[in-house]
Amino acid sequence: MPDAAGSPGAITRGEVAHLARLARIAMADDELDHLAGQLDVILAAVARVGEVAAADIPPTSHSVPMTNVFRLDEVRPSLAPAEALAGAPAAEDDRFRVPRILDEEL
Amino acid sequence: MTTATAGLTRLTASELAAALAAGEVSAAEATTAHLDRIATIDDRVGAFLHVDADGALAGARDVDDRRARGEALGPLAGVPLACKDVLTQRGVPTTAGSKILEGWRPPYDATVVARLRAGGVVILGKTNMDEFAMGSSTENSAYHPTRNPWDLDRVPGGSSGGSAAAVAAFEAPLAVGTDTGGSIRQPAALCGLVGVKPTYGGVSRYGLIAFSSSLDQAGPFARTVEDAALLHAVIAGHDPLDSTSIDAPVPPVVAAARRHDVAGMRVGVVRELAGEGYQPGVEQRFREAVDLLGRLGATVVEVSCPHFGYALPAYYLIAPSECSSNLARFDAMRYGLRVGDDGVAGVEEVMSATRAAGFGAEVKRRIILGTYALSSGYYDAYYGQAQKVRTLISRDFAAAYEQVDVLVSPTTPTTAFRLGERVDDPLAMYLADLATIPANLDGGAAMSLPCGVSPADGLPVGLQIMAPALADDRLYRVGGALEAAYVEQWGGPLATKGPPL
Repeated sequence: MPDAAGSPGAITRGEVAHLARLARIAMADDELDHLAGQLDVILAAVARVGEVAAADIPPTSHSVPMTNVFRLDEVRPSLAPAEALAGAPAAEDDRFRVPRILDEEL
Repeated sequence: MTTATAGLTRLTASELAAALAAGEVSAAEATTAHLDRIATIDDRVGAFLHVDADGALAGARDVDDRRARGEALGPLAGVPLACKDVLTQRGVPTTAGSKILEGWRPPYDATVVARLRAGGVVILGKTNMDEFAMGSSTENSAYHPTRNPWDLDRVPGGSSGGSAAAVAAFEAPLAVGTDTGGSIRQPAALCGLVGVKPTYGGVSRYGLIAFSSSLDQAGPFARTVEDAALLHAVIAGHDPLDSTSIDAPVPPVVAAARRHDVAGMRVGVVRELAGEGYQPGVEQRFREAVDLLGRLGATVVEVSCPHFGYALPAYYLIAPSECSSNLARFDAMRYGLRVGDDGVAGVEEVMSATRAAGFGAEVKRRIILGTYALSSGYYDAYYGQAQKVRTLISRDFAAAYEQVDVLVSPTTPTTAFRLGERVDDPLAMYLADLATIPANLDGGAAMSLPCGVSPADGLPVGLQIMAPALADDRLYRVGGALEAAYVEQWGGPLATKGPPL
C-alpha cells in the first residue's frame, strides 16, 4: 500500500462498492478489487493538497466569478416533441417511456 | 486524386482562404481534396470517428453559391475543418468517444458549431477523443485509438488526439478541440502543431458535452499561428446561452499573430515547471526557445509560482468531482444507451446496468474518485482543500503577471509516448498534463507552439505560452514572432517537416 500520509485513510473494497452504488454503476467483484487498488494510488497522490496550509484561504469554484447571469426574457424556438424524443431509448405518447420507478416493496 | 488537388491539402488555412476568395479554387474542390486525403490515409491514422462527406460537400457548395452571388463571406468561408466529437452538431453522430452515446444524433448545434457554419467553415467530420475528454493519449476512446502522424506507433496525445492528428496528417488545415487540463495544448505539442486554450469563458460551452464545467474550454488547432488566430476569432465571443461566457470583445488575436514583434515584452520562465520528469531533449528545445525570445528583444526573467506543484493533485480532485456530477445526466432515460430494460427491472437497476456497460474504465475511475471526494467526511480534506489550492495557484499567476506579460514553460514533460505504455497506470498518464493544468485552474489563456524536435527521438516539442485572462492576443504576438524566426531556420512550419505517411 502506498504512503497515504495526509489522507483520511486508504480506500477499502467495501467503500468502492458503496461509491459505485451511489454513482449508479454496477460493478463486478474483480472490477471493485482492481479499482480499489488504483484509487489507493491516486488518492495517495492527490492527498498532497493537504500539505498546503490554507485554513484562511477562500475556495475558488470558478475562475470567472459571476452571479445572477440572465439573458433577455425573450421567446425563442424550442425543440418539437419529435426532436426531443428522437434520441430516446423508448418513447410512447409523445413522452419518454421509462422503466418502473418504484420498488415492489414500496 | 490529381497532383493539383492533392496540393490543396498542403496549404495553410490562410493560403486556402485567399485562393478561395480569388476564385482560384472552389470550396467544393478544397473539400473534395481533404475528403480524398482522409479516405486514403485515415485507416492508418484513425483521426475521425465520423466523416460527414455529404454534409461537408453540401456546405462547400453553399459557400461557392454565395460567393458566386457576391455575398460578403467570413475570412475562413470554404475552408475545411475537423471538429472534436464532444461538440454537438445537429443531425450528425456525436459520441464524446463513448459507447453510451453511440448513434446519438443531437437535435441542436453547439454555439461553436453554429459559428463555424455561419462563417462558412466546412465541417468534414467528428474527431476521435478520449472518452468524455478524460485522458492524455486518445487511447481511452471507446472506438479505436488514434496514431501520431509523426510515428504511427506513438500516441497523438489527448484528449483531442483526433483533432491534432487530423491537422498533422493534412486531413484538415484546422480543427477544434477542447482543453480541460491540457487536452488541446498537449496533443498540439506531441503532433507539432499550434494549439490554443482561450481564456475560460472566451468561447461558449453551449453544446460542449461537459466533463468539468469550471475548466472546459474549446479552442483551435492549426499548423500556423495565424491560422489558429483566424479560427479563434470565428469561434470566440459572448454567448447568452452560456452563463459563464464573458461579455467582452474578443482580444485582437489575428492582428497580434501578424505583428511578428516581441521587442519590450516581458517573459517569465516558470521555475517550478522544469527539472524532475522533464526529458533532457524537451528542456533543451525549451531553453533554446527562451534564448530566441531574448534575441528577438523580449526581456526574460525567471519567476516562481510556488503552488504549481500542487496543481496536478488539485486538478485530479476538482475535475473528477465535477465529472461525477456532470455525467449523472447519462441515466438511460432521455437519450443514449439503455440496457437491461426487460419490463421487470426497475429504473435504478437499468440505470446502473447501462452506466456499467456504457462507460469505459477511466470514466468509471473518475466518477468514483469524484463521488469519494465529494462525500461528507472527506469533502473538506479533498474537494474543499483543492478549491483553496486553486485560489493559491491563481494568486501565484497574479503575482507573476505583475512582473511579466506572459509566462513560458515546456508544454509537456515528454515527447509522444508509445501506444499502450501508460494505459493501465493512471498516475503516469496524468503526469502528461503537469505543465498545462495550472492555466486551466486559473482560467487564463495558453498556447502550445512547436519549438523543434527532440534530439533524442526526432519528435516534436511544444513551448507553452501563458497569458492572463482576456489577454489571449499576447499568446499570438509571442507565438507569431517566434514562429517567424523558426520558419526562417527550418524553411517552413514544423508541421510541414514531419515524415510523409
